[in-house]
This record gives sequence, structure tokens and C-alpha cells, in this order.
Amino acid sequence: MAIEAKAAGKQPVAVKVDDLHKYFGQLEVLKGVSLTAREGEVVSMIGASGSGKSTFLRCINFLEMPTQGRIQVTGEDVALKPGKDGNLHPSDRKQLERIRTRLGMVFQSFNLWQHMTVLQNVIEAPVHVLRVPTAEAIARAEKLLNKVGLYEKRDQYPAFLSGGQQQRAAIARALCMEPKVMLFDEPTSALDPELVGEVLRVIRDLAEEGRTMILVTHEMKFARDVSSHVIYLHQGVIEEEGPPKQVFGVPKSERCRQFVSTIH
Amino acid sequence: MLAASTSIFTMLSWGDQGYGDEIALGTLVTLQVSFLAYLLGFAIGLVGAVGKLAGGAITRGAFNVYTTLVRAVPELVLILLLYYAGSDSLNRLLGGVGLGPVRINALVAGIVVLGFVQGAYQTEVIRAAIQAIPIGQIEAARAYGMGPLLRFRRVVLPAMLPFAIPGLANLWLNATKDSALISVVGLSELALTTKQAAGYIKYTQGNPLYLLVFYALTAAIYLAISLASNQFFAWLERRTRRGQRQPA
Repeated sequence: MAIEAKAAGKQPVAVKVDDLHKYFGQLEVLKGVSLTAREGEVVSMIGASGSGKSTFLRCINFLEMPTQGRIQVTGEDVALKPGKDGNLHPSDRKQLERIRTRLGMVFQSFNLWQHMTVLQNVIEAPVHVLRVPTAEAIARAEKLLNKVGLYEKRDQYPAFLSGGQQQRAAIARALCMEPKVMLFDEPTSALDPELVGEVLRVIRDLAEEGRTMILVTHEMKFARDVSSHVIYLHQGVIEEEGPPKQVFGVPKSERCRQFVSTIH
Repeated sequence: MLAASTSIFTMLSWGDQGYGDEIALGTLVTLQVSFLAYLLGFAIGLVGAVGKLAGGAITRGAFNVYTTLVRAVPELVLILLLYYAGSDSLNRLLGGVGLGPVRINALVAGIVVLGFVQGAYQTEVIRAAIQAIPIGQIEAARAYGMGPLLRFRRVVLPAMLPFAIPGLANLWLNATKDSALISVVGLSELALTTKQAAGYIKYTQGNPLYLLVFYALTAAIYLAISLASNQFFAWLERRTRRGQRQPA
């Protein structure tokens, strides 16, 4: 493996998902989906609503429990055991919490903690989960807020910010954990059209810095520009995947060709 | 202690001649019982709400029985039941291991019994408040590696307070008034103190106006407690709602 990686000039694997299946009751929404994200890669998942891409992303940090499959984060296999609900559940809570700190999640609806100011949101998990000294966390947070253009808003409560500002604050919150991988769950889907650009700019900067990211999105043009690998999901199955040039330019699947041509 | 036809001011005065100091003491006892019972109720309420929401079938069943029974039976009956049944079983238990009967301290008994009643109501208020928290707030806490206790302390508790405070404020007012019921087990709180003073006045004075003054004073004290509490809870609600936009 090490020799192979070196020979191919490849980076170590950051996230590896094998043969993931997920049922909601009788409905199988993921039918054996696999993904490998190496350090520095941007993997985008596209597909129609209901294709299972968000569910897949949420399985990576176990906000949803997969029914079957294997998940590896920074080389560590998440220990799983079958639960009463028929799904797999992490069997080691400490390991799960440790792994979650390496995955910076950005939600569609931001999910900033409403009772905390922007700055408090950003330092909350670093201080209380990673036990970073408060002064250090504040210094780190202010730098990040500056980077996403929200330094002046640091003492505001989230409800008083626009959607775009909230999402940028949420990205700063994720970055402050210094995660190995960023997970974006449709980060611009809840935004007014004129606010999408400011959030995409921030994400683009992160991609250009060489951050490892897994991005679920409806923004086709953006996915084509920033991704190193694109996965087109259709009804819980990978219908097409490859470099953006292939998926958006010369897809083998007719369904994929139609999907990328209708949305622009 | 009192001569016939003493003036009403003497009767309300501090010291041997009047009841002013007794009433002040009764007020303190009322506040003490209410406050400690309320805190005990809050602790029970937190455990009860979490138990109902996250517990297994047995835990949920137990808390359901608790909240249903306590909220169904009149407080007065519950107080008598818990006080006499409680002290009796405690003494039987002590007798069983060869210890003599103890007299239950009315203050402690009052706090425990009232706290037990408060706990049932607070369980329901807090449960509803936790359920009102947008799920994404809790998902974010999970996604950032917070364990259950940290999540509860840093996210669930502060996020549910704005939803819980109106209900909890009501229950605090109930606690101050329900504390008067504790007088049936002989605790000299505000209501019982007034009643005793009134009884003595009726016996010695024969002027019905005196009784009216005493009972009106007591009512005014309860009113003052209530008004001050309203101010406090309004402030607390504003504070916990800092992060929320007010409807226009």
C-alpha cells in the first residue's frame, strides 16, 4: 500500500467509505456506495434531490447510522456494532467523538448555536471538546473570522446575521477545530441566490489551500471548478464518477449527461 | 402578652407587644421552603425530562407514573399522604433496626414534599422545552464531538431555557402559594403565622377590623413576592432570549 501510494504519487487516505447501505424502514436509500478521499482532494457529490447524497455524507460522521458498510477516517476504522433498529452503531463512544473532531461539518441550515455569539460559537468545541486554552482559541477564531469576513460581527448573535454570514460563521466554526476533512452538506441550498456567491468564494479559497473536502452540492459549475473527483449519485447508486472533466464533459452514463446538462 | 384594646400599630409592631417579627419570620420560612422546594423540583425536573425523552421503557414508565399521579392528586392530600406515610414508614424502618422513633422536622418535610410535587410539573415543562429546541442545534453539538453530558450542559440546557422560563415562572408562583399548604403539618410559615396571630387577636380584641388588617397584610406580602418574582423572571427571559429576534 505504502509503496503503491508512493509510486502513484498519491497522498494518504483521509476518508474511505466501503459499500455503504442505508435503509429508512423498507426503503433502501443507499445501495452500496463507496468513496475514497485522499488528503488534499475535493470530492463532490451531485445528484437529484432524494438521490441519497446528503444521507451518505451524514453517515460519515454518524449523524445517520448506516445499515451496512465500513467507514475509515484518517486510517482509523470506526468500530461498529449492530443496533436494535437494524442499523450499525459506533460501539466506542470515545472513538466516535474523537473521529468527529477530525470532520468539520457544515450544515445546509448552518445550525449555529443560537444562544451564543458568533465568536462563542467558533471557540465552543475547541475549548470544551479539544481543551484548547480559551485565549488561544479566541486568537485562532478571530483570525478565521477575519478570513471569512466576519471579524466585525464576532459579538453578534447568529439570528441577527444574514444567511450568507451565518454560513460563513459556521465554516469558521468548523475550521477552528483544525479538522482533517471538511464535510459540506449542501452549504448554499438554504441561501437566497444573491448570498450564494459569498459562501462559495470562501469554500473555493479552502479548496485552493489544499484542504480535504467532501462536498454535497447542487452548484454544478462550482463542483466542476473546484473538485478533483465528482460522484454522480442516482437513486442510491453511483451512476458515474471520475474527474470533473469526464463527469461534466464526456459522461459514460446517459442519465448523468442529462443531469449535468439540465442544471447550469 | 397583649392587653385588651391594644392599638393595631402595637399589634403589628416588632417584639413582645406585636406580631411584626413573627410575620417577618413566617415570610422568611415561606421563601425558604418555596425556594428550596423549587430547586429540588428543578433538579427532579431535569432528570425527569431527560428520563422521559431518552430513557428506556422502564425509566419512561416510572416517570410517567410519577408525573401522572402527582399532578392528578390535590397538593393538600399529597402533602398529608407523603408526610404521614413518609414519617411513619421511616419510623418503622428505624424501629426495625432498633432505633427509636424520630419526629420529622416540619421544615425539611415541607421542602421535600413540595419539591416532589414541583418536580412532576417541572418535568413536563422542561420536557416540552427540550423538544422545542431545533434539532440542528443538537446535531451540531454531536458533529463537533461533544459527549452527552457536555452537550446537555452547553447546548440543551441553555437552548431550552427560553422555552421553559414562562412555564417555570408559573411554577415558582405556585410554589410560593403551595408552601402555605405545608402549614397542615405544623410548619410556621407566613400563612400559619398569620392565622395564629389572627386567632389570638380575635380572642383578645373582638374588633373585626384587626383581622382584616392582618389578613390583608399577608395577602400583600404574597403579592409583593409575586411582583418581585415577575420582575426577576422577565429579566431572566430577556437574558436567555438575547440571541433571538423578537417578532416585529
